[in-house]
Amino acid sequence: MHDPDPNQGVSQRGNQAAFAEQPAHSGVGELPTPKERFNLRSLMRGDLGFIPVLLTLALITVYFQITTTGVFLQARNLSNLTQQIVVISILSTAAVLVLLLGEIDLSLAAVAQTCAAIMAVLSVYQNWNPWFAILAGLLAGAVIGLMNGFFIAVLRVPSFIVTLAGSIGYAGLLLLVLGRQTTLVVRDPTIRSLAPTYLNPILSWGIPLLLVALYAAGIWFEQRRRTQAGLTTKKPSHLALQIGLVSAIAVVTVLLFQSYQGVPQSVLISLGVIVAFWLILKKTPFGRHLYAVGGNPEAARRAGINVVGMKLIVFVLASTLAALAGIMLTSRSTAVATQISATLLLNAIAAAVIGGVSLFGGRGSVWAVVLGALIIGSLDNGLDLLNQDQSVKAIVQGGVLLLAVTIDAVVRRANPVRSK
Amino acid sequence: MTQGSASVIESRAPEPQTVPRLQLRGIHKSFGGVQALQNVDFEVYSGEVVGLVGDNGAGKSTLIKVMSGAYIPDEGEILIDNQPVTIASPQDSTRLGIETVYQDLALCDNLDVVANLWLGREAYRDVIPGVLRVLDETEMERRTTEVLKTLDVRIPSVRQPVAALSGGQRQCIAVAKTILRQPKVVLLDEPTAALGVAQTRQVLNLIRRLREQGLAVVVISHNLHDVFEVTDRVIVMRLGQRSTTFNTRTTNPEQVVAAITGAEYRNVSTSDAEEL
Ligand SMILES: Nc1ncnc2c1ncn2[C@@H]1O[C@H](COP(=O)(O)OP(=O)(O)O)[C@@H](O)[C@H]1O
Ligand SMILES: [Mg+2]
Repeated sequence: MHDPDPNQGVSQRGNQAAFAEQPAHSGVGELPTPKERFNLRSLMRGDLGFIPVLLTLALITVYFQITTTGVFLQARNLSNLTQQIVVISILSTAAVLVLLLGEIDLSLAAVAQTCAAIMAVLSVYQNWNPWFAILAGLLAGAVIGLMNGFFIAVLRVPSFIVTLAGSIGYAGLLLLVLGRQTTLVVRDPTIRSLAPTYLNPILSWGIPLLLVALYAAGIWFEQRRRTQAGLTTKKPSHLALQIGLVSAIAVVTVLLFQSYQGVPQSVLISLGVIVAFWLILKKTPFGRHLYAVGGNPEAARRAGINVVGMKLIVFVLASTLAALAGIMLTSRSTAVATQISATLLLNAIAAAVIGGVSLFGGRGSVWAVVLGALIIGSLDNGLDLLNQDQSVKAIVQGGVLLLAVTIDAVVRRANPVRSK
Repeated sequence: MTQGSASVIESRAPEPQTVPRLQLRGIHKSFGGVQALQNVDFEVYSGEVVGLVGDNGAGKSTLIKVMSGAYIPDEGEILIDNQPVTIASPQDSTRLGIETVYQDLALCDNLDVVANLWLGREAYRDVIPGVLRVLDETEMERRTTEVLKTLDVRIPSVRQPVAALSGGQRQCIAVAKTILRQPKVVLLDEPTAALGVAQTRQVLNLIRRLREQGLAVVVISHNLHDVFEVTDRVIVMRLGQRSTTFNTRTTNPEQVVAAITGAEYRNVSTSDAEEL
């Protein structure tokens, strides 16, 4: 899934069709081989790149729906499933930012739990106002990110090493913060209610519908500007289909949540994070420069982009998001533990890679997180429903991750000359 | 020298130009014990393509790097439109209107043509003035299409990642990228190296377009065929010095090769080449 935004996809195809009428290729005398390679690539990497992932998700759904005799797709279970993947989704968004840069952050899970512990200690032992405690947790994340970023961007130590060392160090910090306690129960009602709250029907419908309306307005506005500028535009039928599809997904999702207890606040928060970063990556110079640095750092530097600054910002953002994930985790489980979860980090990175974010930088979209987390969450949830042992779950998840990474590597190899 | 370049201007430009766009005088540059450039003069006029040729290690790249601000000369002066300037960094060079197309392409494979062309100088649109600004994709795409049309660069789609383009198309995008800054001088170090025949033609065509736009163009090339196809003058570097200048229309490859290798130098220099 390179970019599930159908908007972008249609415009690309539209352009290609328009240019194809010019004798561009014939005049140039292009060799046929690179073109064919491009077609294979574009199918895997481009607009339709997310289709295999979507099919995989469909396959998993059908399998569990049959084997659980209909329990899997019940509103109650789907509501649970989406809440189960909130933490992974936020953490995975952090992973996407770092991966796009061509770096990796192995300390995300440790940072998440350490920052959550800082919040918990401030709330429980120091009786801080819950919002200040939460803010302190997020701030701790930002500071840790700055530290990671300093070593990686300024001192140019490989991110793999810095964050691996970091993950060990932050795990130690976690032990230090929690003292001799192995778990610390958070009693503050505000913190505890962050995750398990459901929105009332007005907000449940209002927020998604507002977002869809803004989306439609944005598309219409862009279309109008393109027409005025004399650029190729999409067919109105395409636009209608695109807006219709997004609206349908929104309506069906809300209906589903409403038929259980309503839209979970935690799901809205994680979707909000994803949408926000999608907009940042797509629409702002920061996002553009992030992709540029991931694609070719030297070219980015020559274009006047502050590569060191970009890296610092990204690691700060990633660790702050990790802190948010940790806070949501604490709210859901009502406690923090000294034991760093073994699967959290891997699942976060796996969700990104399964969704099509390249480990080699510069390729992928934050929407990868949704599909990737849904696949990982479905496997987890479905195998739980089938009362499978942790051993089976681990083997299945390992296999899926390996498959995703293999596809990434093979697609990259399909065009060795030009991929960087 | 003056004689040679004057005839070039006559044949190329309607009014004779006497002031070079970019001029270097008495440039010295050494790296430790190695004298890479010794008392080198150089000049390029608006609407002119100069080919810079010479054996490996002759000092071509070093000379280009002095112009692009990558190296600071030990001695000598640089003038733009007869005004002395200081080029102490690549930023200085860019600010003075000198753009360099690097040998290793400075493109991001994962970004589309529009994004690459505008990288680092994106067009913005205010959503909330003073608070929130976003990329103006429409404006960038419009101007990209315009520029590529002016330069007669043909690609399937400006929204295609540059990874999907051919080597020649990529080189053209790299050149077009410099044009967006509306430079006075464009420096190209081996722009056709590693390109096929058709792709080379594409790039040479683009270089002619640059000349038509009134730019001063300097091309380093090892391929004399390309040099003869596209340049107005050929400047030969030898052992860190400028050895000979040819008017492309009145010379032939054998004479240039002789000047490059230093063989039978005296014999040739009597006809078209002038000694410096
Ligand atoms: N950065 C450098 N450090 C040391 N020597 C250099 C450097 N750059 C160029 N030289 C030397 O200067 C001479 C000219 O090199 P160069 O300008 O690259 O030649 P050309 O591009 O004509 O092949 C060579 O002897 C080369 O070894
Ligand atoms: Mg060289």
